[in-house]
Parts: sequence; structure tokens; C-alpha cells
Amino acid sequence: MEELLEILSNLHPDVDFENEEGLIDNMILDSFDIVTLISEISENFDVTISAEHIIPDNFNSAKALYALIEKLEDED
Amino acid sequence: MKKSKKVIVILVTVAIIIAVLYFLQKLLVPKYVDGIVEGALVAEYYQEENKDFDVIFIGDCEVYENFSPVALWEEYGINSYIRGSAEQYIFQSYYLLEDTLRYHKPEVVVFNIQSLQFGKAQNEAYNRMSIEGMKWSKSKVDCIKASMTEEEDFITYVFPILRYHSRWNEITSEDFKYMFKSKKISHNGYFMRIDVKAAENVPTGRPLGNYDFDENAWKYLDMMRELCDENDIKLIMIKAPSLYPYWYDQYDAQVVDYAKKYNLPYYNFLSLGDETGIDYSTDTYDGGLHMNLSGAEKLSHYFGNILVNEYGVSDRRGDATLEAIWNEKIKDYNAEIEAQKIKYGID
Amino acid sequence: MLFTSYEFIGFVALLLVLYYLIPKRFQWMLLLVASYVFYILADPMYLPYILVTTFTTYAAALIMQKDADKTSDYLKLHKEDMEKDARKAYKAARKKVRARVMTLCILINVGILMFVKYVNFIIGNVNSVLQVGDPAGQFALLDVIVPMGISFYTFMALSYLIDVYRGTVRAESNPGKLALFITFFPHIVQGPISRYGDLSVTLFEEHAFDKTKVSFGLQRIMWGFFKKLVVADRIMPAVTTVIGDTEGGHRGMYALVCVIFYTIELYADFTGGIDITIGIAEALGITVKENFERPYFSMSLKEYWRRWHITMCSWFRDYIFYPVSGSKWLQKFTKFSRKTFGEKVGRRLPVYISSFIVWFTTGLWHGASWNFIVWGLLNYLVLMISEEFEPLYDRFHNRFKWSNTRAYDLFRILRTFLLICVLNLFDCFEHVGDTFKMLASIFTVHNWNELAEGGLLNIGMSGLDYLIILLAVIVMITVSLLQRKESVRVQIAALKYPVRVLIWFGLFLCILLVGAYGIGYDSSQFIYNRF
Repeated sequence: MEELLEILSNLHPDVDFENEEGLIDNMILDSFDIVTLISEISENFDVTISAEHIIPDNFNSAKALYALIEKLEDED
Repeated sequence: MKKSKKVIVILVTVAIIIAVLYFLQKLLVPKYVDGIVEGALVAEYYQEENKDFDVIFIGDCEVYENFSPVALWEEYGINSYIRGSAEQYIFQSYYLLEDTLRYHKPEVVVFNIQSLQFGKAQNEAYNRMSIEGMKWSKSKVDCIKASMTEEEDFITYVFPILRYHSRWNEITSEDFKYMFKSKKISHNGYFMRIDVKAAENVPTGRPLGNYDFDENAWKYLDMMRELCDENDIKLIMIKAPSLYPYWYDQYDAQVVDYAKKYNLPYYNFLSLGDETGIDYSTDTYDGGLHMNLSGAEKLSHYFGNILVNEYGVSDRRGDATLEAIWNEKIKDYNAEIEAQKIKYGID
Repeated sequence: MLFTSYEFIGFVALLLVLYYLIPKRFQWMLLLVASYVFYILADPMYLPYILVTTFTTYAAALIMQKDADKTSDYLKLHKEDMEKDARKAYKAARKKVRARVMTLCILINVGILMFVKYVNFIIGNVNSVLQVGDPAGQFALLDVIVPMGISFYTFMALSYLIDVYRGTVRAESNPGKLALFITFFPHIVQGPISRYGDLSVTLFEEHAFDKTKVSFGLQRIMWGFFKKLVVADRIMPAVTTVIGDTEGGHRGMYALVCVIFYTIELYADFTGGIDITIGIAEALGITVKENFERPYFSMSLKEYWRRWHITMCSWFRDYIFYPVSGSKWLQKFTKFSRKTFGEKVGRRLPVYISSFIVWFTTGLWHGASWNFIVWGLLNYLVLMISEEFEPLYDRFHNRFKWSNTRAYDLFRILRTFLLICVLNLFDCFEHVGDTFKMLASIFTVHNWNELAEGGLLNIGMSGLDYLIILLAVIVMITVSLLQRKESVRVQIAALKYPVRVLIWFGLFLCILLVGAYGIGYDSSQFIYNRF
């Protein structure tokens, strides 16, 4: 989780990722950020997030995103 | 709100909306009271109290500017009416005849065959002027269907506001004045002009690739002939002595053949100049396209004689009711002659 | 049947009456019949294309669904006796099979789309590359028909197919229902590109007559007609005159006016059409996703593309941008580019590549000619440049506090609007050079004096037309501003009954009287020419 938060705050240093629940709905992350995120995550966690996982529910909060990573890690 | 009250409110709203739309429509449709008055001709027929005419003329401007029912009455006692309209196409002539027969069966129908050259409507504006004045009947519905050009929709005849919606910026005081009434502009369908413009240098028609009348035009002439047969009406075909649009010999030959085939009378007034006495230097007001009063009266004098002597059209003078009606009409007729004399500066 | 035809109004009215009279379980079937009637009336020759797309998509999705179900059943059954690795391998193998089915179906349908829309474009380009001057030596252009709405329904079918593959929606087992989703008549002509997951919820439901929904739907339809008939069709003559003037007489001042007018026309026509679409659906009780969110109030091009033609943009995002960005080769390339070009540039490069692909295809999707491709790539260029400048903007806004005022926001909105105007102009000319010439003339041709001489009255619009357009644009802007709070129809519904009636009847009268429809009254037509 720490690692993920660090990746996120590298993208937008001014956002409180620990508590923000509407990263997509409030348009904090745009599609560019998401693509960067995906490659960062695949670099650091050794999971692939494919297009089917890119839905607002998975990206709206750091928590949700972490849950997705865990799920993918588990599957792999 | 109580339910009954709610229903009343809605009904009132709907009534107001319909009323507003109705008044708007009445306001927006062209009134044809001056300038282009020809659009008013078709509707005027229905205002006639007594519709038992013995002779009905149908056709385009070549009938409603070239024959004078008043002259026919005064000289021969012929009770006639002209159901003419601007560029009346042959299918419109047919349905106008059908429409006329709903009121009374005449002894004779006179049809000007100029419109045989058009198989289908050429101009939406003329459709409007010929059709909109008709009262609603099956004939009108059929007439619309037969006449519509590709760009037209049937519904615009039912709700003419859809056709004239953009006239709101051309509304004049006349549109208000004539919303619910009209001004009489014809004398039993005759549209009078007394001024003179001699015919000079009338061009001969340029050669056409094909002179054959369209099948659709023939179809309606057949229908007209059959309708007259069924109702025991004598159908007389004429070609008025208008020099233009050019009447080709090839056209005439086809009509002559048709007349022979079905044993119908056909009078081409273009070649009856000596008999009628039409003088193109005095009897036309627009260089030979249409007759003026003098020309129309000459034609009426000549043709009335034929109607009485060859087709036995009755002399109705002596019928008190008719006499009274016609006396009124004659007064209007003479009044308009006087008015036009002033307008055109003629003594 | 055009949306703005009496036949279409009659068709919808009849459908609405029938829809609420028949037993509710038949409602979706009625819609299916109506949609096919609508489609066949356009041209029966279109039918085979949409049928092929419908049935291939139906079959492929069902096969994938059956396989996915079987796979998970199998795994459940062997939960105990299978190793984790074996399970994973089995799953991956099955997924590969499903991917093949999907790919085949995509190839068929994209193939059809490419063939009907782009074959002549390709032949034309091949001819010009080979530079055969003699027509006899050139490849002949093919006489292909382009089925109505093929770009839209193909994209809808593909999104359904991919969603089934991804497991986000379950495949539809009733072919009639899938056919209705693909053919649903309000959105077949110009979208929105609905997703199966969104639309199917209300499309196949049984709908009881709901006064509010029906009247809201009808109100929305009227608003669409207002935009289309009062604004778009009235402003069109001016746009056509200026653009159609190949002699180049209408340049300079006219070009500027035309550029702005075209953008107004495009907005009124497209959003008006979508209003009619969504309104019809709403009156039928069906929720169709919004396609616009006051796009011309955007403060940047990036924001604009989130608010204009939303369903198309999100389609390209979800089915092209993300899959390409997340694809293995691009991920590999990312690693490579980071090493080679350093963190900063290396991280951006892959995004630029996938965005390029998105904008190239977006351009191509709009039309089979180079001007649309240039249009797409120009959008791409502007977006990427502003992306690069973003840190600069941030610093600027922090440094100069006045740049955070409303007035500055307004400036940004105007700036974005003008940018959109310029980009939109690429729609209008097949030759990109003409567009540039037209734009350049704004600065090089000095004919502003013609403005004072009434030059604008000679391009197909009267003074009255300009006044109407001005008022109508004010109305549209006002409505947009009111919309920020909540739906304007909801706000109007809260007003007193007479006011409400006045507003809606007033709108109806505006369309009826001021709409540029029908033959149009021109008294000169009625001037009896004495023949």
C-alpha cells in the first residue's frame, strides 16, 4: 500500500490519496495518469492491469486500486 | 386539486392552444385580395347561393379571363360559371369538375385543353392556388394526391400553417381584415381586365423534341369524358385564342384525333379568328396571352350562340329568382368596368 | 425518414400510442419491429449488412459466454484436485480460445465497415501514389453502398462483444433482444454509441405509462427540434454559401463569420439530433446515456473532449486507448524508452503513441478522407502540446492570482471555442489546403468594409435570420447556464401551471413559426407570372 501511495503522489503531489474516494469521478486522474499508473504498477508489483480492469470502480480510490492489485497478484 | 377540476383545467388549456393555432393559421394563409388575386377564384364558387348552372367552364387562365358569364346571360340567358384557376393542371380540372357535380349537374361542360401538355404539376405555388380553395371532400383529397410535387407533404394541405408558417413577417392589415371573410374578385369565375396591350411580334414556339401528350394527361381527359358520359353531360373541348404559350399544330392534331375518336366537339378559337372577330390589337391586355373585356365579350357572343343553337342550352331569362341574382351581378360587373376605367385611364 | 420530417413525427407518435396500449411484455418486440421498419424504409439494401453484424456478434458472444461458464464450472468442480498452476493454465488456455472467437468476429465486422467506408478511399490513394495519369490504367472505384449508421451500430456491436469477452456483461441469449440493441431506431442514425450494459437495463424492461417520463421526453424532443430547425437549418445557407464559394470571393471577414457559424450549426444540429434521440427513448421509458455536457463551455480542448460526443470518446478510450496502452508490446516499449530517453520523456512516449493511434482512428472514423485524418491529428497535436505545458500553466496560475478570476475563465472558454471553430473547419473541405487557405484569408484578405456594406446579407441569410439566430443562441446559452444546477425540465416543472404551459407552448410556436422547414414562404413564388 505504501508503495502504491508513493506512485500516486508522484503523479499528483497535491492530492490526499489516502482519503480521496473519487479519483475518477472528480476527474483527478485522467486517462494519461491511468496509463502511467498501469506501467508503474506493472513495474513495481509484477501484475498486468489489462483494459478490462480499467473501470471507475477500480480506480476511484487508492484502496480500491490496491484491492485490484492484490486480486491480480492472487490470480497470477 | 380535485380530479374533476384538473380535467377542466387541461381541457381549457387544450381549447386555448387549439384556438390560438386556429387563429394563427387563419392569419398566416395568403388572402389573395390584391396583387395575386387568382388564388381566390376556386373558393368563390361555394359562395354562390344558387348553383344550378347549365354551363360550367373548367380550365386555366384561358377560360377565366376569356369568357364572360355576365355577357352570356345578358345576350342568351345562359346561366354559367367558370371554375378556373391559374395554371390549372388537367387532374385538377377533373377533380374540380367532380367537386362541382356534388352540387349540381350542368347540361354542358366546357374544357380548355391547353393543360394537356402537362402530365404532372410543374409548380407548387400553382397547386396551392388551385387546390386550397376547394372544400374538403374525397375529390379534394384525390386532387391533392394527384397534384403534389416531390417536395410537398399532404399534411401541409390539411394544416396550411405548416406551409405558410414563415409568412409572419409579411403580415399586413389585409391579413387581419380578411381572416374570416373574403372579397369577391370575379364575376361567376370571370376575372375582368379592360385595359389594352396589343399583341406584337408573338414568337413562334421553338421546336420540341417530343410533342406527344403525357399518358397521365390523357388518363384524366378520359376520366373527364367518362364522368360527363355517366352524368349525361355534353363535354365540349376548346382551345382559347391565346397566342402564348404557343399551341403547336402537333398538339392540335392529337386533340382533333381524340375528338374524332370519341365524337366530341372541339373548337380551336385560334383558327376561328374571322368568325369571332378577335382583333389582337384591341382585344388583349397583355400582348396576346389573355383577352381583355372586349375580347372576352366577343368570344362569349360567338360561343354563346353555339351553346344555344347547337347544344340547346336553355335560355333562363324569365326565371324570377335567377333574374334577381343576375341583376345584382350585372350591377357589380358594370361598377367594376367603371372602376377599371378610372384605374387604367380609359374613357 | 429524416428526424425532421412529418413522416418521422407521425411514426414516433403512432409508436408511442401502440407502445403503451399493447401488453407490456411485447413492448420491446414492438420496438424491434419499429426499428426494422425504420431501417428498411431507408433502403432495403442496407438490411443484409446489419443482419450479418447482428448475427455474428450474437453468435460469437454466446459462444464466449458458454465457454466462460463452462470454464468456471469446470474449475469449481475440480477445486480440490487441481494445482494452482494447472488451474491458471487451464483458464489462460480457455481465454485464448475465447479471444480467437472475439478476434474473428471483430475482423468480420471491422472488415465490413472498412470495406464499405474505406475501400474507395484506399483505391483513390493507391491511384495517386502510383501516379497513373491515364484513367484506363487506374483502379476503378467500386460502387459500394454505405448502410445507414454503420459506423455507429458496428461500434455498439463491438463494445458488446468486447464487454462479453471481458466479462463485464453477460451475453444475450435472445437474438431479438440483441438485434434491438443494435438497431434501436432513435440512435442508429447518429448515436449516441450506447453500451449494452447501460442500455439493456431499460431497453427490455416493461414500462407502464409514466406521465412525467413521457412529457419530459416530448419536451426534450421539442428542444431538439428547436435547435435543429430554428438554429441549424437557418444558419446553414450562410455556411454553405461561404464554403461552397470555390472562386474564393467569400474570404476574409466571411471566412471568420463562417467558421463561427459552422461551429454553431454543428452544435445545434448534432446536440439537437441527440436531444430528439434521447427524448424519444425517454418517452418510451428507456434511458440513453448523455452525449454532451455543455461542450462549448470547456476551458481547454482536453476538457472539451470529455464533454463533446462523450459516448464516442469513451468508446475510443475504453476499447482502443487503454488496450493499446496496456498491451504487452507497449509495456515493453515503456521499459525500453525509460532506459533510453530517461524517466521523464520515457514515461510519456508510450502515451503519445497510443494517443496517436486513438486520434488517427477517430479521424478516420469520422470520414474516409484525408481532411478528417488531419483533423484528428491536429486535435492530437494541440492536446499533446497543452499536456506538455501543463506544469507551466500551473506555475502561471500560482504566480498570477488574477488568472484565477472568472474573467480569466471566460477568456479561456472563448479561446477554447475559437480553437474548436478552427479545428471544425477541417470537416468542411475535402482538401486540407482549402481549409488552410480559408483560415489564412482571415488575416490576409481585408474586406471588413463589406461588413458595413451589408455583405453578410448576401450570403443566404436576411437581417431577420440573423436576429432570430442571435436570439436563439441567447436562449441556448441561457438554457446551458440554467442546466448547471439541474435539468431545466425539472426546474420548469416546478413552476406554476400557466407559466409552464406558456413556456412549452411558446417553444412549440417558435419551432412552428420560426423553424426553417418546409418549402418556405417566398411571396415571389406566388407572383402569378401571367401564363
